[in-house]
Amino acid sequence: MSSTTGQEHSIGIYLKVWILLFVLSTCSYLVDYFGAESYLRWSLILIFMFLKAGFIVAIFMHLSWERLALKYVLLLPPIAILVLIALMSIEGDYTNLSRHIFFER
Amino acid sequence: MTEDISKSSNFTDPGVSGMVGDWASDKQTFDMPWGKLMMWIFLLSDTFIFSIFLTGYMNVRMSATEVWPNPSEVFALTIAGVHLPLLLIAIMTFVLITSSGTMAMAVNFAYRGDKRTTALLMAATALLGASFVGMQAFEWTQLIVHEGVRPWGNPMGAAQFGSIFFMITGFHGLHVSIGVLYLSIVAFKVARGDYEERGYAIVEITGLYWHFVDLVWVFIFAFFYLW
Repeated sequence: MSSTTGQEHSIGIYLKVWILLFVLSTCSYLVDYFGAESYLRWSLILIFMFLKAGFIVAIFMHLSWERLALKYVLLLPPIAILVLIALMSIEGDYTNLSRHIFFER
Repeated sequence: MTEDISKSSNFTDPGVSGMVGDWASDKQTFDMPWGKLMMWIFLLSDTFIFSIFLTGYMNVRMSATEVWPNPSEVFALTIAGVHLPLLLIAIMTFVLITSSGTMAMAVNFAYRGDKRTTALLMAATALLGASFVGMQAFEWTQLIVHEGVRPWGNPMGAAQFGSIFFMITGFHGLHVSIGVLYLSIVAFKVARGDYEERGYAIVEITGLYWHFVDLVWVFIFAFFYLW
């Protein structure tokens, strides 16, 4: 097999990331436990989520050691999802509004 | 990443010129086993599937006029008289993260050629995955039998809650179950020595799939259980 897929780094990094993921998961659980509300809640959830996702992809899935060509293949297409999310949230708002208008006349 | 234009034809250049080289040179673009590239492409497509599910969930939740059931209460457990919100879900999260850790170590040991440790770590990963599925089965039972949640309605509020919950966690649970099977088969073949000559890239490929399952759970946990 080609040497580019070899993973020479030590076990230590996995243990560190594992502990980090544990801590981050505990943090996101505590957001619920302490009942943080509204924008504080949503931003904390998103921060912990993206940190966890980033560490899993970068370290566990080794993306940070891959060639740039592969990184772009994997990270550019999901931008389309952001467009979908934006469109669907506009649509969801509109549906909610029309339901209120229709049912609460 | 520093870039040196004089070395732009260097295939080992990690920067943009290296990427241009990868694509433009008369060679295979992605220098890796084909199975690994195909797994990445599959995972990219799976990313889209789960994203569409979660976007659908967002749309349905935003447009629902009834109150959305509070996941913190729906998934709470009372143990020895103590009311604990989302306890089971938190344990499931830790189990899945731990399984990702053992999997990452299995990949490392595989590339060192230590097949015994690799097989053991993969078996541990599969076992943790199986316990995740078991806890999910318990969670579903709780919800269906005790809380009366159905895909078409529930006593707590918006009817869409049930269908979204069963579809998203069901699809994720299916991924975990298939992953357990996949891990068991590869672990068995590793232990038997099937890859001594072909190399251990398969362990890394299996690992990519397993980490992805963990990755998806991170998003489900954040958007469905915590939001």
